[in-house]
Amino acid sequence: MSAVARLATLPWPGRIGLAIVAFWLAMAAFGGFLAPHDVGAIVSQDVFGAFSARHPLGTDYLGRDMLSRILHGSRFTIGLALAAALAASTCGTAIALVAATAGGWVDEAVSRVMDAFISIPSKMLALVMVAAFGSSPALLILTAALSYTPGAFRIARALAVNVRTLDFVQAARARGEGLPYIAAVEILPNMVNPMLADFGLRFVFVVLLLSGMSFLGLGVQPPDADLGSLVRENISGLFEGAPAVIVPAAAIATLTVGVNMLIDSVSGRARAVEA
Amino acid sequence: MDPLVRVEGLRITARKPTGEAAVLVDDVGFEIPKGEVLALIGESGSGKTTVALSLLGYARPGCRIESGRIVVDGIDVLSLDDEGRYGLRGRKVAYIAQSAAAAFNPMKPLMDQVIEAALIHGTATRAAAEAKAVALFADLALPDPGGIGRRYPHQVSGGQLQRLMAAMALITDPGLVVLDEPTTALDVTTQIEVLRAFRAVVRDRGATAVYVSHDLAVVAQMADRIVVLNGGRARESGTVDQVINHPRDEYTRRLVAAAAPQPRGEPRGAVETPLLEVRALVAGYGRLDRDGLPAARVLEDIDLTIARGAAVGVIGESGCGKTTLARVIAGLVPAARGDVRFDGQPLPTDLRHRSREQFRRIQIVFQNADTVLNPAHSIERILARPLAFYRGLRGEAARARIAQLLDLVKLPASVASRRPSELSGGQKQRVNLARALAADPDLILCDEVTSALDTVVGAAILDLLADLRRELGVSYLFISHDISTVRAVCDEVVVLYAGRKVDAGDRAAMGHPPFHPYADLLIASVPALRIGWLDALPRRLAASLPPVGEALDEGLCPFLPRCAVRRAGRCDTTPAPKQVLPGGREILCHVSLDELARIQSGGAA
Repeated sequence: MSAVARLATLPWPGRIGLAIVAFWLAMAAFGGFLAPHDVGAIVSQDVFGAFSARHPLGTDYLGRDMLSRILHGSRFTIGLALAAALAASTCGTAIALVAATAGGWVDEAVSRVMDAFISIPSKMLALVMVAAFGSSPALLILTAALSYTPGAFRIARALAVNVRTLDFVQAARARGEGLPYIAAVEILPNMVNPMLADFGLRFVFVVLLLSGMSFLGLGVQPPDADLGSLVRENISGLFEGAPAVIVPAAAIATLTVGVNMLIDSVSGRARAVEA
Repeated sequence: MDPLVRVEGLRITARKPTGEAAVLVDDVGFEIPKGEVLALIGESGSGKTTVALSLLGYARPGCRIESGRIVVDGIDVLSLDDEGRYGLRGRKVAYIAQSAAAAFNPMKPLMDQVIEAALIHGTATRAAAEAKAVALFADLALPDPGGIGRRYPHQVSGGQLQRLMAAMALITDPGLVVLDEPTTALDVTTQIEVLRAFRAVVRDRGATAVYVSHDLAVVAQMADRIVVLNGGRARESGTVDQVINHPRDEYTRRLVAAAAPQPRGEPRGAVETPLLEVRALVAGYGRLDRDGLPAARVLEDIDLTIARGAAVGVIGESGCGKTTLARVIAGLVPAARGDVRFDGQPLPTDLRHRSREQFRRIQIVFQNADTVLNPAHSIERILARPLAFYRGLRGEAARARIAQLLDLVKLPASVASRRPSELSGGQKQRVNLARALAADPDLILCDEVTSALDTVVGAAILDLLADLRRELGVSYLFISHDISTVRAVCDEVVVLYAGRKVDAGDRAAMGHPPFHPYADLLIASVPALRIGWLDALPRRLAASLPPVGEALDEGLCPFLPRCAVRRAGRCDTTPAPKQVLPGGREILCHVSLDELARIQSGGAA
């Protein structure tokens, strides 16, 4: 089935999710060029300004244009989260394939190390990393990837162990195939669908982790801002119901909800097609 | 008198994922008078289960009963609302599913589940329902009728569970019982007990039943009338005698012909160079003890020789170790004792020590074609791998060979671009076979290759195997639970019981007594396509037998607890001797061969 035909049969929640995700990806890619003002420019006397024709999303606590800030911020949030989630899922899947295919003590050793990692709270790890090395986008990616690799590994290993016991893997073993071939050609293609769903979930987790870090002031540093730091810096506007705090919060919400809607419909369909 | 069930012009459609409609059942109609058993027979996809389920007013998800009329006991089933159907199911019409193991809740005692329908419909008080259930258990020849209800599903055998399900269906005295392939998943020896029990209760209670099956021989024992379904249409209907002995429809004739497999290929002489030799093999699963023996021993002291170009069949019921034997030879399960020689050279039983050439020359074809082909790969890719792996064939040369292979297993070349999920069961099994042939093997281990297939499709695969052997000179180790299949394709037959070789001989010798008592039971348990076969069964098969695998003293005959001809004082004290007849026939038994022959030919009908 071609990609277009698949799209046509996507149920409505999936299409809405897809539209939201596509919108945010486009914003991350091109938002910086569309922004009417510079990200740090103070353009208005009015702090916590309301929605207006000049400033469609109002102004922030310093009188900066919120639309421009969101367009810039989404690039950080989505870019960092995408990189970190990709790294976590890829590493997790790769390690899981090695562990599951080799089995025996290799599997045992790798799984226990991963269990140890899983027991470290992700926010705690991030705080320690930032305290030790200072905050930078590269460190944030590394930290988030490190936090979510064990989770991806757990899922991938559970899938790989199931696939490993299937008859076609036994047939490959009886044919005399080596472990790398079995892992990459026999097992991996049969766990791609659920791993994609898992990737989407990791992405959402990383967005929330980064936003949380920025909210604490330990994430992306000024003058740059991601969606989380936009919420934090404008938190005092909450009492006046300023758009400056509501809009970035809504942006995070739509992004995570959209990704989840897409994942749910895609992974549900993958199951339905297999059954 | 009005018939109890009348079905007219039934049409059921399904919506495919792509949106178009498929007709599953078209214009099917039949009547069942009260007290009769009607069989719906056909291969998978013929719509037999769909028709059976419609009698309960049920269509599976995605399916829709489009038109037609179903009247059961004066009730128009299709016009019922939810509440009406609720009153119908389990009360007027009861259903017995194919897999009792999947139909029982493992967390609840059996009695609670058996009487559930009676309590839901309020037909009896709890005490009355339980008393009735116990009576049903006794009628169904279940052991310990009074106590079995307190057990949980995993504590009884598969055959017992199937009978408990019958009790569950009959607890409300339904007007109609629908039995959906109730014995298909059982071993032949267990099947007999279940069939006996079913027929007794159906007859005694004058129940009206619909019996869904793909097995004509079973149906011949159970039914009064048969409706033959194919592709959703009724091809033929009539009394059992009419359909079996004087089939009018072309499809029915093929079905009848496939029910009794004919021998394929001529038996070969015994004096040839052995290709595979297995000596004193012991293997199993689990942790190894100090002597290097596994915790659960599955194979015990197995000897086996396969000559070049010969076909050796291994039979036995589930759990007897036949699949493990194939896996040891394929290198998937290590041997604890004994040795395996292939073409004169010792064959390492550990995969890692085998050469690629050894891998190439021994190929295994697994039972379940649905799971043995990687669903993510195209057929071309599946077949290309062994070509590239063993012989370095790539590109155009590989494509040409793939076309040849597909032709060899009688599949169209267009199959190459498809995925396994787009093929039928029989087609997948052919691809499975083609993959083994791609290696140009000397020995193919066939593990139950026809068991999951319909009779007609299975017969075609057996023909194919016989042709390939004639054309390519490959040898087979042919594993099956079905002795008629094995006798049809093999020169020699080995009977395994609880991991021991209890009987072995060539095809001709395995055609008449003496047999090992277990082989005798196995052979006599295969339903014959003959009305009244079940009633004429010799009494020596009638005993309710405990399952395989009971703890026994080391070395004693494993069949002892089930044996009808055991000799007290001998069988339970000393290991059974191997008695050898001229011509290579071996039987592991205390009872003299003359005596075995006398008992078995005397009792056999």
